[in-house]
Amino acid sequence: MLSIKNLHATVEGKEILRGLDLDIGAGEVHAIMGPNGSGKSTLGHVLTGRQGYEVTAGEVTFMGQDLLALAPEERALTGLFLAFQYPVEIPGVSNMEFLKTAVDGMRKHRGLEVLDSVSFMKQAREVCKRVDLDQNFLKRGVNEGFSGGEKKRNELMQMMLLEPHLGILDETDSGLDIDALQLVASGINSMRDSKRSFILITHYQRLLDFIEPDHVHVLGAGRIVRSGDKSLALELEDKGYGWLESEAV
Amino acid sequence: MSEQIDDLIKSHYAAGFVTDIESDTLPPGLNADVIRFISAKKNEPEWMLEWRLKAYRAWLEMVEPHWAHVSYPDIDFNAMSYFSAPKRDEDRPQSLDEVDPKLRETYDKLGIPLHEQEMLAGVAVDAVFDSVSVGTTFRKKLYEAGVIFCSISEALQDHPELVRQHLGTVVPQKDNYYAALNSAVFSDGSFVYIPKGVKCPMELSTYFRINEAKTGQFERTLIVADEGSEVSYLEGCTAPMRDENQLHAAVVELVALDNAKIKYSTVQNWYPGDEEGKGGIYNFVTKRGVAHTNAHISWTQVETGSAITMKYPSCVLKGDNSIGEFYSVALSSNFQQADTGTKMIHLGKNTRSTIISKGIAAGHGSNTYRGLVRMNPGATGARNYTRCDSLLIGDQCGAHTFPYIESKNPTAIIEHEASTSKVSDEQLFLCRQRGIGEEKAVSMIVNGFCKEVFRELPMEFAVEAGKLLEVSLEGAVG
Repeated sequence: MLSIKNLHATVEGKEILRGLDLDIGAGEVHAIMGPNGSGKSTLGHVLTGRQGYEVTAGEVTFMGQDLLALAPEERALTGLFLAFQYPVEIPGVSNMEFLKTAVDGMRKHRGLEVLDSVSFMKQAREVCKRVDLDQNFLKRGVNEGFSGGEKKRNELMQMMLLEPHLGILDETDSGLDIDALQLVASGINSMRDSKRSFILITHYQRLLDFIEPDHVHVLGAGRIVRSGDKSLALELEDKGYGWLESEAV
Repeated sequence: MSEQIDDLIKSHYAAGFVTDIESDTLPPGLNADVIRFISAKKNEPEWMLEWRLKAYRAWLEMVEPHWAHVSYPDIDFNAMSYFSAPKRDEDRPQSLDEVDPKLRETYDKLGIPLHEQEMLAGVAVDAVFDSVSVGTTFRKKLYEAGVIFCSISEALQDHPELVRQHLGTVVPQKDNYYAALNSAVFSDGSFVYIPKGVKCPMELSTYFRINEAKTGQFERTLIVADEGSEVSYLEGCTAPMRDENQLHAAVVELVALDNAKIKYSTVQNWYPGDEEGKGGIYNFVTKRGVAHTNAHISWTQVETGSAITMKYPSCVLKGDNSIGEFYSVALSSNFQQADTGTKMIHLGKNTRSTIISKGIAAGHGSNTYRGLVRMNPGATGARNYTRCDSLLIGDQCGAHTFPYIESKNPTAIIEHEASTSKVSDEQLFLCRQRGIGEEKAVSMIVNGFCKEVFRELPMEFAVEAGKLLEVSLEGAVG
């Protein structure tokens, strides 16, 4: 589904990704861990085409397409979703309007009929319930005045409605208490199937107690320095990242 | 009536009047004879001609104002023509079906085809082409309610006493440079009279456009809501592409007598000039209303057009407990310049006013809010609330705020809030990451910013306003 080869990327002239390789198959969940500054979030932003993240070398194929040649919105429509670490507020634009605009575009792209407002409202309310957000959040401005946890659940709601092929969750677990973490995890688990894949970007093993990854990768200095299964995450939890540092250089 | 005009023109011609009467457009230039021509062509009563000439003499003594935060080359008032009728009477469209297809095309783009307008129950359309009114609908139904809705030229024929009683009472001839010019040469416009206690059975709507090259437009609108009456008036403007600057200096006067309510909504979309700022319309408009005891005047405007805008729809809150409101969205894109706002003059006791202004600047646009809140000594217990928000798109544009507050009554309460924000890269990226294209995202964010004003607009206007913003912002990003 996603194939990254020798990816190099710079931010403000500084090289952050230095030859990253990663293959993700359909239905797989990959956890990407690593210390601060190792390039975890950069990977998410580079894949989704954020301005200011410049790819200097490498190739990325997603769903059979050259991902790097696509505009950010085209990447999204192809089925790539990023749950933001710090979701931004858009005052005045209601969550409902935002969601409907996004879902309408997605449905059009997939050749599906656009839902009328009533059907969409019904669907949005159900998803609200699944992520335990009050329906009032649909009427409020996008993330406007939401708490950290509410913003994360709002991201999850967007992912549920947009049904991407690949969801990248950028430290979605940070700042969540244990109840919220479980809720978010069960939401993601409910979306897992044989076709949909996930990249979980996280600092901590904690999230992986609830979402079992197929693969765990450790990022160091802009590339993957160790890959393994779930046990790698546990090992990291024990020993920290220090023991990998020497390999990263 | 056309016969009368023809006769009059002939008689003038016979008297040696030099204007080429075969042409329906006057040659450029302004003098007392031009004003006599206009007045004669419209078969106006003698007092009207005197009124115009008085304004003209005042205008000659006045100087063009330059205090606004806009810049433009000097206007040569003698290079303009001051009268233009679209066609001879018998060649004019007799119904909306005969309306210029180009105009209808513009409406279609905006999703408001005229033929649907007629079907839209409750909306009467008085289409003004250039300077002479043509299609008028629903007038009969209005007439049954006692409502007079016609062109001001017709009002001068059919209801001269009403016009004479109120014309210039809100915006006197000498009020300002452009109002004086308008008073001298106004071509046409709308007249509305709502009798005592009548709630106007439908929303009144006039579409204006500027049609002929080099013709300044000088509309004059007078709305009188008699005691206890109510009316909602919609003004919408579109213009075809053109490359010459055009002056538009309209005057709108609202008279809300005791307990009356007037809601005046404008969606203005005149040609703003091209991407380089060439061409486009100068919109220097005087709009003002007087609210008597317990009366309520509400201005809502969505300004997306014009190269240069100077416009301050104002309320004189004369009667006790009267209410004034101003809701505004002004967008300046490309090289547009807008200096707009309002004046709330509190004279009566317990008068209240609300100002919500949303300025948007994109491209090289410059957007200025200029507002005056004045509490006169008699305005005991008066209140004002002002909120002034600016939104910047890109880094080449500018937003400015000039609030003037004068309070001469210690019991008056004035609140002023202001904010400036930017459409951020983060917001755009969030939208794009959800599959929403950049232009759509900007228009969604801008629409969100304007929501408080849009909800003051009648439904179909709110939709049109949203579309206008979208069209106006095309190419403003990236």
